[in-house]
Amino acid sequence: MTDTELRQAGTPAPATGPDGSPGRPGHPRTRRRRFGPDTTKGTVAKIVLLGLVDALAVYVLMMLFLSESWGALAVSSAVVLAINWIYLRKGGLPAKYLAPGVLFLLVFQVFVVLFSGYIAFTNYGDGHNSTKDDAIAAIQLTAQKRVPDSPAYKTAVLAKGNSFYLLFTDPDGKISLGSTEAPLEAAAGAGKDSTGKANALDGYRTLTFQEIVANQQQILGITVPVSSDPADGTLRTADGSNAYQFKPALSYDAAADTFTDTDSGAVYRDNGKGAFAASNGETLTTGWKIDVGMENFARAFTDPSLRGPLLGVILWTFTFAVASVALTFAMGMFLAMTFNREDLRGKKVYRILMILPYAFPAFLSGLVWSGILNPQFGWLNQTLLGGATIGWLTDPVLAKISVLVVNLWLGFPYMFLVCTGALQSLPAELDEAARMDGAGPWRVFRSIKLPLLLVSIAPLLISSFAFNFNNFNVIFMLTGGGPRFADTDRDIGATDILITLVYKVAFGQGTGRDYGLASALAIIIFIIVATVSAISFKQTKALEDVNS
Amino acid sequence: MNGSASTVSTTAAPGVDDVAATSTTDVEHLRSLQRRRPFGVWFKDKGWRHVVGIAVTIFAIFPLLYVLSAAFNSTGTLVGSNALFSRIDFGNFVELFNNPARPYARWFANTMVVGVVTSAATVFLGAMAAYAFSRMRFKGRRIGLLSLLLLQMFPQLLAVVAIFLLLSGISEVIPALGLGSQLGLIMVYLGGALGVNTYLMYGFFNTVPQSLDEAAKIDGASHTQIFFGIIMRLVTPILAVVGLLSFIGISGEFVIASVVLTDPDSQTLAVGLYSFVAQQRSENWGVFAAGAVLAAVPVMALFLFLQRYIVSGLTAGSVKG
Repeated sequence: MTDTELRQAGTPAPATGPDGSPGRPGHPRTRRRRFGPDTTKGTVAKIVLLGLVDALAVYVLMMLFLSESWGALAVSSAVVLAINWIYLRKGGLPAKYLAPGVLFLLVFQVFVVLFSGYIAFTNYGDGHNSTKDDAIAAIQLTAQKRVPDSPAYKTAVLAKGNSFYLLFTDPDGKISLGSTEAPLEAAAGAGKDSTGKANALDGYRTLTFQEIVANQQQILGITVPVSSDPADGTLRTADGSNAYQFKPALSYDAAADTFTDTDSGAVYRDNGKGAFAASNGETLTTGWKIDVGMENFARAFTDPSLRGPLLGVILWTFTFAVASVALTFAMGMFLAMTFNREDLRGKKVYRILMILPYAFPAFLSGLVWSGILNPQFGWLNQTLLGGATIGWLTDPVLAKISVLVVNLWLGFPYMFLVCTGALQSLPAELDEAARMDGAGPWRVFRSIKLPLLLVSIAPLLISSFAFNFNNFNVIFMLTGGGPRFADTDRDIGATDILITLVYKVAFGQGTGRDYGLASALAIIIFIIVATVSAISFKQTKALEDVNS
Repeated sequence: MNGSASTVSTTAAPGVDDVAATSTTDVEHLRSLQRRRPFGVWFKDKGWRHVVGIAVTIFAIFPLLYVLSAAFNSTGTLVGSNALFSRIDFGNFVELFNNPARPYARWFANTMVVGVVTSAATVFLGAMAAYAFSRMRFKGRRIGLLSLLLLQMFPQLLAVVAIFLLLSGISEVIPALGLGSQLGLIMVYLGGALGVNTYLMYGFFNTVPQSLDEAAKIDGASHTQIFFGIIMRLVTPILAVVGLLSFIGISGEFVIASVVLTDPDSQTLAVGLYSFVAQQRSENWGVFAAGAVLAAVPVMALFLFLQRYIVSGLTAGSVKG
């Protein structure tokens, strides 16, 4: 029994098998015939397509030039040149067919993986997402205090497009306009009301009181810089009618590279970890991105709020992946054996109905099951069990079982289809010969059919393992990873697998985003999956196929 | 082929089965034999298979019936949906399309656009690569195939953080391709276009006889004429399989879509429906179920329609891993 036979059995096309493929020993290269010349239509199409691509490329390069991203500009220019070279030169045909797919593959699969590797060694995340200069400016802007004797600026709220502006009238009657992005500027020709307060400006719409109330959050968030130097402070309004001057509560000393609290006099220095820290260890919330070496990995396995839960998650990820493969395969194989009878009535109907879960979108399955299993209102507790309150999704053990059952529901049709295909490709003589020798049905299955089937199905079981190892949708849609562990304040739960943990650490609600740690966890997944697949592929010799 | 796990106990049965497969008169003969068999024997041979079949069928289709029932029950809450098919009306569907905070029609259209564009491009890119690997010999061919095989072990969602940061970098230069843009999302998805698909197609392309190309070459056909005129037409089944599988995969993709598409108007069904139901699961249940049914219908219809091709594609894929 070889792989070829299985493919022939399962493929409707005229199957010459890999032996019909070119380049095997016995097909000398020199005898290969040349392709005919390009047609005129083809050449025109090529020129038009390449022209469009180049036009787009020139636009992208110009934008990169304007934004002064020199590194990206150099790489992009090289790519554009390479593309033109590939398609304009004579010969090099394989490259012409491979280039588009490979380009996307390199950027969005290979590069992003390498980039993940880089992020894993930084402290990138909330509070550490830019350069030190940006952080200094941001600290000066955010840490502001109202100047004690600040005069009141009469204020009107104006709108232009979707953004809001504040129109100030200072105590001397000088009128100026500004918003968070636009520092204060003198405004000429403003309309005034009876009290001398400017309330209208050409090109802008004055907001009514109701509109101000409706957009309160945005308006209160406006901080108008007095000048382009952040040290000069800002103007803010608390009610939409009066504004006061605010000054940085922390003053930056560029020479010493320190921040000084204007009240307490406490000095914050660069602590070498991408933040300013006072001598008592207190740090300012806004920091910057630095390389931290192995710290993210070290933190994952030493931080007490992370170590215990993370080990639990890794263990459960393996359990979940292995159990999912084992359960779906066992059920699929059992069903394939059960329905592998030509003369069974209703076989086709069973088959169609049974593969329906496979056709149902996976992300919806998790959500639908979460309704059925909902402990308070779900169908299982309310209707089938008559008002029981079993925590199908809230008890750590039951939640794990629920996840496995739902994944079994999602996965068994696939295994059923595949096992049926593989089973039907086994020659019937095997069965007869074994029975002639007196083997019972179980013995035939155990000693003859299963080993033969495993040869062709093993690579698929490995793929299935790799898939379930990162089966985000089932977990996230069904339990969201919960119930949460009690021994940590982080959002980690009993059914979390590594990939849901990565997602929560990087983009979760509540706790701050920590891209560095999330990438470090992703790298751990990479290493695990790579190791497991390398070992198992070596064993099944699936790679032999490639050597043709 | 017959009776693989059979527990046939009558001595006549195995032989009879073999003959039955070849002629219709013998099938009738077999049926008459069967009728005469006592229930116990029938059950041991075939009856238990029906029991298994019915039990598994219930397990398989119950959640689908449940969501269908909830969709047509305008009570709307999770508790109200428990009495299956107790009432049938279209209230949830009306509600579904009449809430501006929840632009379901937009989500649906977005999913179709992203799914169709991505899977069409995936099929095209994959077919081009498979053609090169199958019909041409070049330096690095073996390494290329091997790398594709290895790369597909690592799904893109692992690098979701890097993808997010890369796109947020792109948005600063070209906003139309960065965060929040469906074009950007499609580009990201196309990064996974080659992986498993090329391999599946490569195996299939190899089954198209080389002599066809040779004959066309003798007639002076260019490589594009052979590719579009001969190969692409002969491999249509695998193109359909790859297209459909990638459409199903993309339309249900949540992780990357949820990170890239932040504006409700640009989101896909997976992101929109999740965020809609995640907050208030039990109150919004009926409307969610209606949305789920509508979202699932096109995918399931396509799947069942192309079922035969998909099954063959899966089996072919199983050989290659």
